[in-house]
Amino acid sequence: MHFEYQIEGGNFTRAGFASSEIKKMLKQLNVDLGIIKRTVVATYEAEVNVVAHAYSGTIYVDVDEKGIVIKLVDEGPGIPDIEQAMKEGYSTASSKVREMGFGAGMGLPNMKKNADELNITSEVEKGTTVEIRMGFG
Amino acid sequence: MTVEQLKEKLGLKVFGGEQGLGNEISGGYVSDLLSDVMGNSDTGQVWVTLQTHKNVMAIASLKDLAAIILVNNHQPEEDTLAQSNEEGIPLLGTDMSTFELSGKIYELIK
Ligand SMILES: Nc1ncnc2c1ncn2[C@@H]1O[C@H](COP(=O)(O)OP(=O)(O)OP(=O)(O)O)[C@@H](O)[C@H]1O
Ligand SMILES: [Mg+2]
Repeated sequence: MHFEYQIEGGNFTRAGFASSEIKKMLKQLNVDLGIIKRTVVATYEAEVNVVAHAYSGTIYVDVDEKGIVIKLVDEGPGIPDIEQAMKEGYSTASSKVREMGFGAGMGLPNMKKNADELNITSEVEKGTTVEIRMGFG
Repeated sequence: MTVEQLKEKLGLKVFGGEQGLGNEISGGYVSDLLSDVMGNSDTGQVWVTLQTHKNVMAIASLKDLAAIILVNNHQPEEDTLAQSNEEGIPLLGTDMSTFELSGKIYELIK
């Protein structure tokens, strides 16, 4: 099964909408609740990162009998040093974004903790691709 | 304890999401950092915060939290309130500070 969702950079009123749709869809498919919970945390953080840090993005969701693959491809500034970005507490969020309670530098660590497999590739001034893999086995 | 019972005991205001007042409370989480709540809160908890924008509802919904309680007399934004009613997740309020409210909730549900 394949689904796609668009994400608008900077639009915080819609942040989390795609994650919510994905959660509903996984529930309908009767996916294990523990897997849904972890998928939701990882997907939400990745979605909000596109809203907070990039210009626009697309989420590609594929579900088959083996598991779930969620790929977020964005156009944005990219991440110059992925290892540094993965560190808890590291954030380049603007003061406006921090005032809302984002920018703790916990999103990527949350994704790492909750995804079975997390792959990030990025090109500076082009964009970032985040792949979240969850297995059913 | 249900959200309704907690509301009665502590005299909390109900801004919206009345449909969910019967939600059973499993515990609480206190934070104003959204990814902290995303990562560390758990199903059925009440979330104590001073953040009033709509993203708190998205998190409460995604994490299946029992209710949100706004402290220090903070008022929810209009679209926050709308989503609370839409999703049936209670959005409560108090003039107590985070410290005072959390202490009282802890005493009641520990
Ligand atoms: N899609 C992205 N495009 C560009 N930079 C990104 C992207 N995702 C993450 N980053 C960079 O990595 C940093 C760390 O991301 P992380 O999600 O851990 O924290 P945050 O988004 O700053 O705050 P939080 O997620 O706790 O609200 C960001 O501040 C940003 O510099
Ligand atoms: Mg983030």
